[in-house]
Amino acid sequence: MAVQTGKIESINGNLIGVLFDSYVRQNEVAYAVRGEERLKAEVIRIRGNKAELQVFEDTAGLKRGDRVEFTGQLLSVQVGPGLLGMTYDGLQNPLNKLADAHGVFLKRGISLPPLDGSKSWTFEPLMVEGDTVRAGDWLGWVQEGLFEHKIMVPFHFRGAYTIHSLVQKGQYKIDDTVAVLKGEDGFDHLVTMSFDWPVKLSVEAFQERLMPEEPLVIGTRAIDTFFPVVKGGTFCIPGPFGAGKTVLQHITSRHATVDIVIVAACGERAGEVVELMQEFPELIDPRTGRSLMERTIVICNTSSMPTAAREASVYTGVALGEYYRQMGLDVLVLADSTSRWAQALREMSGKLEEIPGEEAFPAYLESRIAAFYERAGVVKLNNGETGTLSIGGTVSPAGGNFEEPVTQSTLKVVGAFHGLSKARADARRFPSIDPLESWSKYQGVVDPQRVATVRAMMKSADEIRQMMTVVGEEGVSLDDFILYLKAELLDSVYLQQNAFDDVDSYCSEERQKYVFNLLSDLLVAKSAVTAKEDARSFFNQLRQAFVDWNYLAWDSDEFRAKEAEITELLASGN
Amino acid sequence: MQKIYTKIDQVSGNVIALAADDVAYGELAIVSTAQGDALAEVIRIEGDLVFLQVYSGGAGISTRDEVRFLGYGMQVSFSENLLGRIFNGAGQPLDNGPQLTDCMIEINTPSVNPACRIIPSKMIRTGIPMIDVFNTLVMSQKLPIFSIAGEPYNELLARIAMQAEVDLIVIGGMGLKYNDYLTLKQTLEDGGALGNSIFFVHTAADPVVECLLVPDMALTVAERFAVEGKNVLVLLTDMTNFADAMKEIAITMEQVPSNRGYPGDLYSQLARRYEKAVDFEGAGSVTTLGVTTMPGDDVTHPVPDNTGYITEGQYYLRDGRIDPFGSLSRLKQLVNKDSREDHRDVMDAMIRLYAQTRETLEKRAMGFKMSDWDDKLVRFGELFEAEIMDLSVNIPLEAALDRCWSICARCFDKDEVGMRSALIDKFWPAA
Ligand SMILES: Nc1ncnc2c1ncn2[C@@H]1O[C@H](COP(=O)(O)OP(=O)(O)O)[C@@H](O)[C@H]1O
Ligand SMILES: [Mg+2]
Repeated sequence: MAVQTGKIESINGNLIGVLFDSYVRQNEVAYAVRGEERLKAEVIRIRGNKAELQVFEDTAGLKRGDRVEFTGQLLSVQVGPGLLGMTYDGLQNPLNKLADAHGVFLKRGISLPPLDGSKSWTFEPLMVEGDTVRAGDWLGWVQEGLFEHKIMVPFHFRGAYTIHSLVQKGQYKIDDTVAVLKGEDGFDHLVTMSFDWPVKLSVEAFQERLMPEEPLVIGTRAIDTFFPVVKGGTFCIPGPFGAGKTVLQHITSRHATVDIVIVAACGERAGEVVELMQEFPELIDPRTGRSLMERTIVICNTSSMPTAAREASVYTGVALGEYYRQMGLDVLVLADSTSRWAQALREMSGKLEEIPGEEAFPAYLESRIAAFYERAGVVKLNNGETGTLSIGGTVSPAGGNFEEPVTQSTLKVVGAFHGLSKARADARRFPSIDPLESWSKYQGVVDPQRVATVRAMMKSADEIRQMMTVVGEEGVSLDDFILYLKAELLDSVYLQQNAFDDVDSYCSEERQKYVFNLLSDLLVAKSAVTAKEDARSFFNQLRQAFVDWNYLAWDSDEFRAKEAEITELLASGN
Repeated sequence: MQKIYTKIDQVSGNVIALAADDVAYGELAIVSTAQGDALAEVIRIEGDLVFLQVYSGGAGISTRDEVRFLGYGMQVSFSENLLGRIFNGAGQPLDNGPQLTDCMIEINTPSVNPACRIIPSKMIRTGIPMIDVFNTLVMSQKLPIFSIAGEPYNELLARIAMQAEVDLIVIGGMGLKYNDYLTLKQTLEDGGALGNSIFFVHTAADPVVECLLVPDMALTVAERFAVEGKNVLVLLTDMTNFADAMKEIAITMEQVPSNRGYPGDLYSQLARRYEKAVDFEGAGSVTTLGVTTMPGDDVTHPVPDNTGYITEGQYYLRDGRIDPFGSLSRLKQLVNKDSREDHRDVMDAMIRLYAQTRETLEKRAMGFKMSDWDDKLVRFGELFEAEIMDLSVNIPLEAALDRCWSICARCFDKDEVGMRSALIDKFWPAA
């Protein structure tokens, strides 16, 4: 196919106007060419014979009349074995390889293949010649670290195919042909171990979507017990700066009970991703005994990297997530922060002089956000297996005010809301998830009856707390005061959790159930103390014991000893 | 040779437009006006019309002034000769020294590959307990001082700069009052640091476009020194003026504002500058301390708000103190685990108790009876403010930690402070 071309007519920041020669396709990828440099761009509007393109790189130095080459292809990711453990930029350039080849600074106009084409993988077939297959079916597999990486019929194959030939077990590279499929059109189609998939198209190669209900345990008590998430579900974490969004996402990426975690660092600090990139290879995942990095992919398009690639980065994340979901795996995509992507849309919309909506965000913001989270779900694959893709995104609302377009659009579509509170963060009550405002539509691992009772109690206690600010401690009854102290205890020893302590940062499902049962019994029990000062002192002692307990390894001797101490303390107080 | 254009089509605010060809986006031009030569940068190309932003402003430009394109973008001279010198936003000397033209480098440098960054690990000791204990400053951190207009933010900035052990200091002044500039300079001189400092100064009286250049000039030079192995501290004061300059220009360019008149890319623009803070493996580092004044003491104002989302924390200066609640060092956990074993627990416990003190004070203000516990909290608050928070306190971290324990012991019983028993056993002062 001949390359379609055009010439630059206008330049405004990273938006260029291009007069094209014959035809262009909306959202196709193009390159602005200046000397040796090829700057990647995407068509975002077409009017008459002028196409407008967002350039994914700095446009300094481009001139009117410079040549533009259109590729005819939508913005895509390359999928295949070798993705796990990689760190990519928003356009799937491997950052470590870029560093090896080009040094410390990100030179523009340079891209490298996402996957290693020279590596050999041991392919084992799962089908035989003559079998009928369709998009997404598993032709075979290779071992990628911990996982049987399925080699699938590419997702864009339409209809049924017959396997004409399939290679025997052996060593192959990603570009080697492993199967020849005969289509209904009578033609032969070659299948290799890798193919390209447009990031903005959701993969539909499965039988049906199922209701998400299996809990996805994160090890954070406030979430798993009170505002749980499920495999295939969605959740959002809005919060002002410094409230703990990123720490919560990092801790989630470490402990979440899924097979694969894809972290999309979108438009925020580079330093935070570096911590992840450098620590994960060293950290051992206790569930697998292998390095955490083996189950992780990092997409890193931080705030000083090209704005236009922010949108690409979150889509790259979900597209890779859907790919692994098609292998029957549980995948979690974490995006930090979706607001940066929304802002990038706003910047571009402004340059296109579109009619601005609320806070100058474009009118299509809401539908874009909805479509993004809709890509999560539980799917029943063609072969009956299930795979899940869960999505959790942080939101960075301007001024910390949740009444803004990105937060509101997100709340409409997600299944759980973990709202972070500045007041809690300021008082170092981490994680600062607001226990009264947050919600979840999912069911978690802890007895829902008990959770409901405790939540009702927290609510009453908060009313008492508010009342005390008006009438003082002496203005409330002893019973009310005790209820208030109980809620404070729950907050200090259960809701609060130290993300930087090896033990406390992760509270297993088993431990949560155990501790929560004990604690909720305590909370409903009647207290025998008769004076407020005694009550305060009793609950201080309890808190001390529980805090110490939280730092002790589950089921260790010390853990049991501390538990005995707590039981004794309780007996003395009741 | 270079083509000379003599017909300017439009002058609007600081922006001029003319028909020209073979011009690159971002290229510099010289506009020769009756007042002298002015530098201008290409900020938009639309067909054969080229729009340029004139650094010294559009005032006095005539439609028949000459425009010459230079074929390169904004540059700054980079060499050891910069040390001890003072320049304006466009890189022209403000002292009596010579104009520097050797070794020119572009100021629009690409960002560092995140894969090449390393995790910061060196604490910067300041002797200020509110920083060292509660929000430790780390080499290569980017961190602004949030402040209302009247607070001594430049003094604090200078004090930290003088304590920090760095190789050189680059100062970017934006909309700086002349007196503030002189004070800053004097402090560095008194501390013997002037010879290792470089100033890029835009004062309140200078053209607004030059203000935009200051951070890039300062950070480009700093980055280059860091690549060559130096640990550089960059002081940027006041970034709110920088943002306001962007706002002014965006509005003259008729861009759709996003929030209180600021352009939609405010976040990205600020981030591009702050993200220059870096620790290079096997070379030097750039640490950036900024000042962000908060109009109306409002942290939710777009400038502090966007800044807080970008920087690695902030020191919130209020009533002459670093406020423990609004302040945050996001990198503190990288260094406070290795300082002293009780550091983190002391830090958290003191803040939690002080938060309760504040609540108690509110209760007291409303006339409620104080319980024993309330009395303890009030006493704790007084001691904490006098012995730790006061900005005149200048003691090493370890002494500050001991002092925290002492305050706790003077106010509370052991089980009231919410710390781990093991630490209490070890550090609680004997009666
Ligand atoms: N769970 C936690 N435990 C202890 N400290 C926390 C926790 N979450 C956040 N923090 C503190 O708050 C700071 C800001 O958290 P971060 O996640 O970076 O905020 P955000 O992403 O919302 O701006 C961290 O640097 C850390 O000091
Ligand atoms: Mg964050």
